[in-house]
Amino acid sequence: MDWLRSLLLPVEGSHYARRVDDLYMFIMLVCAFFFVLVVGLLTVFILRYRRRRPGEATPHITENFRLEVLWTAIPLGIVMVIFFWGFNGYMDATVAPANALEIQVTAKQWLWQFEYPNGTRTINEIHVPVGKPVKLVMTSDDVIHSFFVPSFRLKADVLPNRYTELWFTPTREGLHVLLCAEYCGRGHSDMSGKVWVDSEDKYQEWLEKGDQSAQSMPLPQLGALLYESRGCATCHSLDGTRGQGPSFKGIFGTDVRMTSGQVVRVDENYIRESILQPQAKIVEGFQGIMPTFQGVLREREILALIEFIKSQK
Amino acid sequence: MSDYLTESRGLRSWLFTLDHKRIGVMYFWSTLAAFALGGVFAMLMRLSLLSPKETIMTAETYNKIFTLHGAVMIFLFIIPSIPAAFGNFVLPLMLGAKDVAFPRLNLASYYVYVAGTLILLGGMLTGGIDTGWTFYTPYSSTIGGSVSLMTFGVFVLGFSSIFTGINFVATIHKLRAPGMGWYQMPLFAWGIYATAIIQILATPVLGITLVLLIMERVFQVGIFDAKLGGDPVLFQHFFWFYSHPAVYIMILPGMAIISEVIPVFSRKTIFGYRAIAYSSLAIAFVSFLVWGHHMFVSGQSQLAAAIFSFLTFLVAIPSGVKIWNWLATMYRGSISLQAPMIYAIMFLVLFAIGGLTGLFLGALAVDVDLHDTYFVVAHFHFVMMGGTFIAYLAGLHYWWPKMFGRTYSEKLARLSAALIFVGFNLTFLSQFLLGSRGMPRRYAHYLPQFQPLHVLSTIGSWVLALGLLIMLGYLVASLRKKRDAPANPWGGATFEWETSSPPPAHNFDHTPVLTHGPYDYEPRTVPV
Repeated sequence: MDWLRSLLLPVEGSHYARRVDDLYMFIMLVCAFFFVLVVGLLTVFILRYRRRRPGEATPHITENFRLEVLWTAIPLGIVMVIFFWGFNGYMDATVAPANALEIQVTAKQWLWQFEYPNGTRTINEIHVPVGKPVKLVMTSDDVIHSFFVPSFRLKADVLPNRYTELWFTPTREGLHVLLCAEYCGRGHSDMSGKVWVDSEDKYQEWLEKGDQSAQSMPLPQLGALLYESRGCATCHSLDGTRGQGPSFKGIFGTDVRMTSGQVVRVDENYIRESILQPQAKIVEGFQGIMPTFQGVLREREILALIEFIKSQK
Repeated sequence: MSDYLTESRGLRSWLFTLDHKRIGVMYFWSTLAAFALGGVFAMLMRLSLLSPKETIMTAETYNKIFTLHGAVMIFLFIIPSIPAAFGNFVLPLMLGAKDVAFPRLNLASYYVYVAGTLILLGGMLTGGIDTGWTFYTPYSSTIGGSVSLMTFGVFVLGFSSIFTGINFVATIHKLRAPGMGWYQMPLFAWGIYATAIIQILATPVLGITLVLLIMERVFQVGIFDAKLGGDPVLFQHFFWFYSHPAVYIMILPGMAIISEVIPVFSRKTIFGYRAIAYSSLAIAFVSFLVWGHHMFVSGQSQLAAAIFSFLTFLVAIPSGVKIWNWLATMYRGSISLQAPMIYAIMFLVLFAIGGLTGLFLGALAVDVDLHDTYFVVAHFHFVMMGGTFIAYLAGLHYWWPKMFGRTYSEKLARLSAALIFVGFNLTFLSQFLLGSRGMPRRYAHYLPQFQPLHVLSTIGSWVLALGLLIMLGYLVASLRKKRDAPANPWGGATFEWETSSPPPAHNFDHTPVLTHGPYDYEPRTVPV
């Protein structure tokens, strides 16, 4: 049956995925059985009892109490099995072990912010160690979002007025896609992120030094990467389209009017300030909704972004 | 001889008519127009989804279009279609009555429907909304646009639904022909009765919820918006308290049609009359207690989730009971595959898939994975379109000669049914796979890995649309013919077939008297 599993479902990335898939496959079997039964009977009856001539007489069969009991009781028994099976799995998914690594998650239109116990902060990207339980404590800055990692088979809504939790033990190293599953406006379908499952060593290294491959990349190339991965692309276009924030197209070196009436030249210092203290100066016609990237971006990464913006003619 | 269509002429005679048949016909064309509009939105959506990136429309436009597709199809088409169009036309005839209990209320319900529709259309023209038809807070309570206008339109439409429900309950209680007890009624009447009860009891909750939403938007009263001290999840509870029973407002009338068509085209008395009648009432009752299954990942308590999951599995049983009884009706019958029966059989196949896939979503652990993915989209399209809409087509082909006095081309009917079946399955079976593999719903852009299945689904939507266009063609063509429909083209045994096609304005020349059951076809053999 493994071929059918891999046809129907994505790879299994957490300890929990296997349990969900087992039940999924069981229900699939139940469905297949009843579907074949219904369509089979239907076909046999249509072929066997086709009308030969108009006004044919048929037997006067009105009911059969035993049959009614039978086809009420048997399906009831089967769905009760499915209910308890599903309930069991669900309860396991709700109580995280006490030793789980706790990561704080804040969702906002349209990006994911993460904070680790040691103060490391990331946007749209987390690294977690393989085989260790991870617990997410999540809240939203604005509307309802939903944290969904298909390969973990897990999903939980992220609410603006309270904390919701989700936990998993990743079992498969590599990249897993994070998606927003609760409709949250224009950028809903672009509100995705990356869950990197690393070996224990790689994870510790990342926690201490950040991403090594990015550190050796040339600045403009690193800037282009960060523009996508840190969520800039959600609000700042490159082609002049008006988004939630000003477009980067040809913005460097121009004079821009702020909501305060002040006119500011877009140079290195202004960009740096906008990344670290977005509320300091707001361009006229826009709202101050950008989160701060203080502590999220390293010095070299800020430089890379400035270079990237400079190159957008 | 004059009938209800020709008895009086001119626009005024239609606009001020109190005849349930004319009101039914006006509802029929209005809801059909709404279906066409919703269908156009669906086709645009599918077209845009051919490519994972932005092509013919921006994400903003896409979001508006899926919202309007849902709102138009649900509030303007599915909810009123069968009860208000066919129910209005057929129910009094079936009961042997001259009209519904409150003809003026009936006309009022139509005008309230028109008013609600105009408000909704007004909202669309003044910018539309992109909240999804579910209007989830706090997104809906904080964004600009026509949210207040659109929700007010839905609020108004609710009254139309309530009026129709009240009318049908009174009609079924008071206007049955002499000799017709509750258990001599056609099962269509039982289905409509169960529907009417839900319409009366559930719709006010939606109305109140939408008024609260409008209060929050206009007067900043904190009810659902966390920033004003409200609770966004409360909205979901309120909303689904109506909208889950509303799913049964949509499907019960469909089932009611199937209960009529299958015995007639099998020329055999219905199997398990009481089981089918009681299962409608059971569905209506339990449907009020399962709303939380839309919220398994919303942060509601685990206890609540467990109870809602349990009750959800219970509500599956009466739907299953109906399928078994319909199948048993066909056993040893004399089955004729004319157009209405073809659609009834198609209903059995598609509704079986729709119902069975509900088992995945009722199971807590699996729903956590599948919630808000295309699996859910496929599931409810199998129930709403494969179920209700296909049953609607069965009813349309079954009562068309009665309503308009004309027969249609059986050949073209078969062709279009085949196209609809193939197109529907291409469109929505592929979406089960998309959902299982992790494609979330309401996505304007998607990951490239999902493209092949999306392309398949879009191609399916073209086949489906072609089938529907052919149907529209032969139905309109039949209207241009001379009246050629006999009073009882299918050999039915319910009262509507005892009067001419189309019926006279006063329905029956003599008050019909019950001499045999609704499914007793002549000649028949002795009871076995």
